[in-house]
Amino acid sequence: MDKEKLLQMYYEMVLIRRLEERGAELYQAGKIGGFMHLYIGQEAVSTGLIAAREPRDRVITAYRDHGVALNCGISANQVMAELLGKVTGTSRGKGGSMHMADVTKNFWGGHAIVGGHLPIASGFAIGDQYAGNDNVTICMFGDGATNIGYFHEALNLSKTWNLRVLWVCENNHYGMGTAVDRASAVSQISQKAEGYGMANERVDGMDVLAVYKASQKALEFVRSKSEPFLLEIMTYRFRGHSMGDPERYRKQAEVKKWEESDPIGLYRANLVKQKISEARLDEIEARVDLEIAKAVEFAEASPEPGMDELFKDIYADVD
Amino acid sequence: MAKITMREAISQALMEEMDRDPSVFIMGEEVGVWGGSYAVTKGFYDKYGPRRVKDTPIAENAILGGAIGAAMVGQRPVAELMTINFAFSAMDYIVNQAAKLHYMFAGQFTLPLVIRAVGGGGRQLGATHSQTPDAIFAHFPGLKVIAPGTPADAKGLLKAAIRSNDPVLFIEHATMYQTRGEVPDGDVLIPIGKSKVQRVGSHVTVVTYSKGLELSMKAAEELAKEGIEVEVVDLRCLRPLDMEPVIESFKKTNHAVVVEEGWKSYGVGSEIVARIYEEAFDYLDAPVKRVAQKEVPLPYNRTLEQAALPQVEDVVAAVKEVLR
Amino acid sequence: MAETISMPKLGFDMREGVLVRWVKNEGETISKGDVLAEIETDKATVEVESSASGVVRKLLASKGDSVPVGSAIAIIGSADEKIEDSAAPVSSAPAKVEQKPAAATSMPVTEAQPVAEVESGPVKASPLARKVASESKLDLHQVQGTGPGGRIVRRDVETALASGKAAPAAAPVSAPAAKAVPQPAAAVFAPVSHSDEIIQTTKLRQAIGRRLVESKQNLPHFYVSHEYNMDALNALRKQINGMLPEGEKISVNDFIVKACALALREFPNLNSSLNGTEIMRHGGVNVGVAVTVPGGLMTVVVKDTDQKPLRQISMEVKSMAVRARDGKVKPEDVDGSTFSTSNLGMYDVENFIAIINPPEAAILAIGSAREVPVAENGQIKVGSRMKATVSVDHRISDGAEAAQFMQSLAKYLEEPMRLML
Repeated sequence: MDKEKLLQMYYEMVLIRRLEERGAELYQAGKIGGFMHLYIGQEAVSTGLIAAREPRDRVITAYRDHGVALNCGISANQVMAELLGKVTGTSRGKGGSMHMADVTKNFWGGHAIVGGHLPIASGFAIGDQYAGNDNVTICMFGDGATNIGYFHEALNLSKTWNLRVLWVCENNHYGMGTAVDRASAVSQISQKAEGYGMANERVDGMDVLAVYKASQKALEFVRSKSEPFLLEIMTYRFRGHSMGDPERYRKQAEVKKWEESDPIGLYRANLVKQKISEARLDEIEARVDLEIAKAVEFAEASPEPGMDELFKDIYADVD
Repeated sequence: MAKITMREAISQALMEEMDRDPSVFIMGEEVGVWGGSYAVTKGFYDKYGPRRVKDTPIAENAILGGAIGAAMVGQRPVAELMTINFAFSAMDYIVNQAAKLHYMFAGQFTLPLVIRAVGGGGRQLGATHSQTPDAIFAHFPGLKVIAPGTPADAKGLLKAAIRSNDPVLFIEHATMYQTRGEVPDGDVLIPIGKSKVQRVGSHVTVVTYSKGLELSMKAAEELAKEGIEVEVVDLRCLRPLDMEPVIESFKKTNHAVVVEEGWKSYGVGSEIVARIYEEAFDYLDAPVKRVAQKEVPLPYNRTLEQAALPQVEDVVAAVKEVLR
Repeated sequence: MAETISMPKLGFDMREGVLVRWVKNEGETISKGDVLAEIETDKATVEVESSASGVVRKLLASKGDSVPVGSAIAIIGSADEKIEDSAAPVSSAPAKVEQKPAAATSMPVTEAQPVAEVESGPVKASPLARKVASESKLDLHQVQGTGPGGRIVRRDVETALASGKAAPAAAPVSAPAAKAVPQPAAAVFAPVSHSDEIIQTTKLRQAIGRRLVESKQNLPHFYVSHEYNMDALNALRKQINGMLPEGEKISVNDFIVKACALALREFPNLNSSLNGTEIMRHGGVNVGVAVTVPGGLMTVVVKDTDQKPLRQISMEVKSMAVRARDGKVKPEDVDGSTFSTSNLGMYDVENFIAIINPPEAAILAIGSAREVPVAENGQIKVGSRMKATVSVDHRISDGAEAAQFMQSLAKYLEEPMRLML
């Protein structure tokens, strides 16, 4: 991979990290309402995955979506503005943390019903199949979503109808507060694909290059064979499920252990080993700090949506 | 003009729209090879092939979710629920996804989806296959709900629904597929969200839709023999709800009855009555009466089932009651 | 033994089938399970098998016939047995298969009507009837209701108007020209002219009645009258009203109300309530003003009357009176009076006596201010005089105090500038 791309991935991971950290502060200051699910610790997953896609490939994910939004090319400004509910946000303030999207960048959201977006992902692939193109739909979801009926129906249909869907399970070991082995009959999620005769793989999600390689392979498979694929990416979230999670379900020692495998730290070490200067990386981090600071400024200065916005977009056809 | 059945009208609408717009396709259980469990899509599979007439597994979430996804990326799917009773298996897709995605993402895409579903009781199919839960779906902003009572309305409204850019739930009635009616020739669309006076009268306003229309028209004929002239206003669409012809009629007659096949509690009638009180209180000469299904799950036994369902004589009695 | 083959039910919603073609014809041998005919339903053309073996003796339907499910279509028997000529009729029009459920009629279709009991209190009338009646200025109490439960409906109002009960001031806007509304059961009452008229008392009237019975029976009333020289007050009032716009003029009663309030400050015992052996002298002076409303009387209250300027008292009394007459009175309008006044001056009443509103201590009944001959310095002149009588609870006060109160009132009424202080 060329140096620019390597650095781009580093930049994106740091951007996600800083945005999430700043988001947490704003949330605690009361400026962000509702639910907010941080991606801290999982940055390598979406970064490596989305770096491997073609622009025409569609991305859809669950509610831990800020990182995905940034990887798809949405600006930090817009993400911050949406978090603060401003009209300059991705959904003009009407979606919030869990519903970021920009279809012009082929990012289809941000969905809050666990597993609910999986059949919709199959639907994207149905639409693309109908249109006769070879777009791949990349559908991301957590380990918890693999136990709900929607998972079964969506995966089954994708295999039966030969749909181009790359099913990506971000296994961060917990569905909210329930460990995978307490919720799922099998803890190895990729094993579930066997029930559908579906190709599958498991990869280390703390290593962004490993994620990238595995994603490239999987995308190639899906696109060329017109068959779905289940990619299980092992990862860990360093913060709670969402803001306000007292984390009674896991020991801090476990978190500390995983933090030793911080994907950004690991990647940084890797890049340095590949002869990229520390200064270069520091410069990227400084740039990100500035970008995030500006994003917060932008968001805070942006106006609230007007009252008329309340009644807009209920229907597309308006007389 | 031609006199055709409701089934033929719906079938024609589907075929005409599929011929007109290549992005329209059908998906659902047994819609293809079987020809549709109510034979609406008989012959479609042979004519259009498996790409445009997709037989799905028995998986309502996959059917509706899949249709939603395909609609979001530019196609115009017509998904079929074999019966509206199966909608509950995929409630999330109808009311949480289809009704809300356009709004939550500030209109970044359209969702031109039609969900066809068959509802109603009277065929001894038992409680879980005989419901009329129309009011539940009409409750949600973001969804459009259509329930025609005549072949002409069915054809014109289904065509309009397919061409609309919004998610539409199109509710057909299981015992009305053989209903005959005059249907105009040609590409005739009926605007979504307009009620229609199906029978002019001066003494009482009967507000109804779908199966209730059939009952009300028969009741009106009977009452006419006694000199009572009934004006029947057919809602045709539950959301958007057009109360204008209803209120106009009510201001003329001052007496109203609402007729529906669903249960009375929290039903469509509740909404109509509330609006009459809100918009025409001073014109009330008697409380509005609702004719609806008895508050029971529908039983298998034929006599019991018919006793639970609203009948023509219930409409006649209600009209006489409000005129007392 | 011959066996009849009927049109089978081939689908759960099949009502009739069309005979497309006979596969076996009359006279042919057939075994159980052999295809006998092709039947077309709404959904498909189906081969129907014979349930009997033998010879096809009779075919009861022809090609193209539409036969209801359950009707006979063929008879299979042995070659030589006698087959009756009569067979189940085959119609080409679909016959009704479902029976009308007998049980349905025994199910209650409409709810039982509550026992028709005409309540006292607000008249039971439909909103439409009310609208038409009010537009014609017809009092609903004079209309007989023939709707359910004795409810007055539009036709009753129209009947009353037609019989000349009250001349309609304006034609009702919404009612179309008289149309024959079929009435399955109602009887229309002829207007009552020579027989006794029975009016139900309103709830308000009943409430007033109860309170005042209690007052008259329990309170030892005594009365003190006084005649007031109104010359100065009349002149001041004329002057003040010259400065005020129409609709905001101050009435004589407004002056009297303020005067009472100031006088009560000097006689707190008359601004009190008795509770057992304790007299509570109220901290605030809230003067009540009696207002006539449809169906009775209401006392609207000016809070802290002694603190308010004349103009404010006047505006408050006016707006509360309007609300009271429209039936839109607010609880705070009628609660908390510590002393009441009642003025019949507008009816040219010289003097009258009022009943105390418990738990108050007193009430002032006011007559009209009239021009009368008066003696002054041995001369007869014309002056304006107004009589008023205070009714007082003898458990709380006595004649001397009451008389002094009336004198104090004279101070304020006859030297009205004091009301400005």
